[in-house]
Amino acid sequence: MFPAILKPKTSGDLARLCVIVALFGLIAFGALRYDNFLSSFNMLSFLRYNSMFCLIALGMAFVIISGGIDLSVGAVAAMASVCAAMLSNHSWYAGLAAGVGAGLAAGLLNGFMVAKMRIQPFIATLAMMLAAYGTALLLANNQSVSVSYETGFTIIGQDDFLGFPIPAWIALAAFVLGWIVLERRPSGRHILAVGDGEMTAKLMGLNVDRTLVAVYAISGALAGLAGVILASQFGAGQPTEGIGWELFAIASVVVGGTLLTGGSGSVGATLAGALLLSMVFNILNFENGLGWISLSAYWQSVIRGGFLLVVVVLQARLNKHSHEGAAA
Amino acid sequence: MTVSASSSPGAATASMSPLVFLSRYGTFLAFLALILFNVFMTRNFLSWQTLNVNLTQVAPIVIVAIGMTLVIATGGIDLSVGSLMAIAGAIAPMIFMGKLFPVDPVLGVALALVIPILIAGMLGWFNGFLVTNFRIQPIVATLVLFIAGRGIAQVITNGNLQVFKNPEFQFIAMGRIGGIPVQVILMLAVAALAFALIRQTVIGRQIIAVGGNEKAARLTGIPVRRVKLFVYIVSGALAGLAGLIVIARNSASDANLVGFGMELDAIAAVAVGGSLLTGGRANIIGTVLGAFVIQLVRYTLLANGVPDAAALVVKAGLIVAAVFIQQRASKA
Repeated sequence: MFPAILKPKTSGDLARLCVIVALFGLIAFGALRYDNFLSSFNMLSFLRYNSMFCLIALGMAFVIISGGIDLSVGAVAAMASVCAAMLSNHSWYAGLAAGVGAGLAAGLLNGFMVAKMRIQPFIATLAMMLAAYGTALLLANNQSVSVSYETGFTIIGQDDFLGFPIPAWIALAAFVLGWIVLERRPSGRHILAVGDGEMTAKLMGLNVDRTLVAVYAISGALAGLAGVILASQFGAGQPTEGIGWELFAIASVVVGGTLLTGGSGSVGATLAGALLLSMVFNILNFENGLGWISLSAYWQSVIRGGFLLVVVVLQARLNKHSHEGAAA
Repeated sequence: MTVSASSSPGAATASMSPLVFLSRYGTFLAFLALILFNVFMTRNFLSWQTLNVNLTQVAPIVIVAIGMTLVIATGGIDLSVGSLMAIAGAIAPMIFMGKLFPVDPVLGVALALVIPILIAGMLGWFNGFLVTNFRIQPIVATLVLFIAGRGIAQVITNGNLQVFKNPEFQFIAMGRIGGIPVQVILMLAVAALAFALIRQTVIGRQIIAVGGNEKAARLTGIPVRRVKLFVYIVSGALAGLAGLIVIARNSASDANLVGFGMELDAIAAVAVGGSLLTGGRANIIGTVLGAFVIQLVRYTLLANGVPDAAALVVKAGLIVAAVFIQQRASKA
């Protein structure tokens, strides 16, 4: 995936190149400035904690490339974490299946509302956000639900495999699969075509409805998986977690150079975007640790907002130039 | 049904389809049905206190939703309203408590009512600037302040709760004129002004035109850029006003909570109120009714022992049903 990005042909490619350069720049900055930044402890706990955010960003990328948006991912993850925790005392895979299944069901319902009822994605998934939070709170009786520690369910979020956190393995596998589906298979062409214009896609004979249902189902299932990791990592299903996750995911996708209008986008750059935004927080922690300045955690959202601002303005500039170039 | 048949000749519109009927009067019918249901089923529904509780809870939603109606009418959306409420709510107490600059109490209250709304309006301008100048989609442009705005409010107050007791400032929420709560008067005034703006003024027509067909509007010489800036400024300023009302009502300002989730309530009110979310229509009365319906649904469920969480699920169903009916009817 990288060679294609390293030879920028379009403004989108250039934006994607920028985010990868920015990510490496930030890592280099951290490595030079802080002693333990590149330590395996910091890097591994960074990956362990941020894997779930990468998963929802991946699902969001699919939906946005198809021309839609999924505002329900945070709430769906919360609901999935509750479902997973409730069934984790049967076996670890019952918990896993419950979480992913709950997410998949929510995603299918989103897809149905968007494809069959023709409700704008924005509204359909907004409604799902409310419904999923409501369901999570009802199931959990307004409290967090503790998971079982006997069935090995907590291994999913807390243990390592070959010295690498299991959530990071899961995210890595999901991104490789996502890259294959989106950039190496016909299915990916279909999603891009639908995002470019549903009418045209329909005239080309593509099954637009099925593609739309599929992308929302993918997003829902990945949000469900993120919920499973959340429950497993923190030992509890949390009905009130996940607030604002959807915006983090959207921001990651946008920072990764994917236009919100759909029809283009890349899985690798989305991963870079998600890691970039997460790393801002990591760097902030280190900066505070130096003791010269003391920025509260609240700066995190200000800085993330600032990042998003810079990226969207740059994107808009690049697009303007490429349009003018095409016209001339 | 007979009325529409006599006013519009032609076979296609001879009888109004149930969908069109629902899309026109559904919100109003739902409102009436909720009132009737409560009169018979909810104890003490017909009391001043119930009316008071519902009116004061709905007032900030209506005020924000009206700004949202104008933005949506131009084909945009404003996700930042909740965060702007938090910023306005964070700044106001700092002004009248003299934390920002020394000020005498009377002037302090006056400034605390004006400056936060101006700042919220300026941030609204910033949203509009991103949308018009850089051609950034409204949902992304306002996402910037949605994320950063609450952070700014938290940074200003260091995340601390500001508690205060200032009857002059709190007049906008606690006060009454002729027995009517001031926030209800503010709500009605904002609704009336917006209604007049849409119906009577040039810019009102221009807002509808921009949302209906932006290209055509530009070609007919409408200053599209200025119209869009205007709606985002209004939306921001109204969010600021709502923020002030909320903190005045609570006698406290918590940057983490003020206006949280408000964008959803406001968008839901607009959708249930019958304005198409794709733009080109601004139904102010519908938005007010929509906000009341959402509030009444929640109240009805809570008053009858249904948990708040279930009310969320019902609200979700309501939004989907409202949008579904509107869209089907607009194509019929």
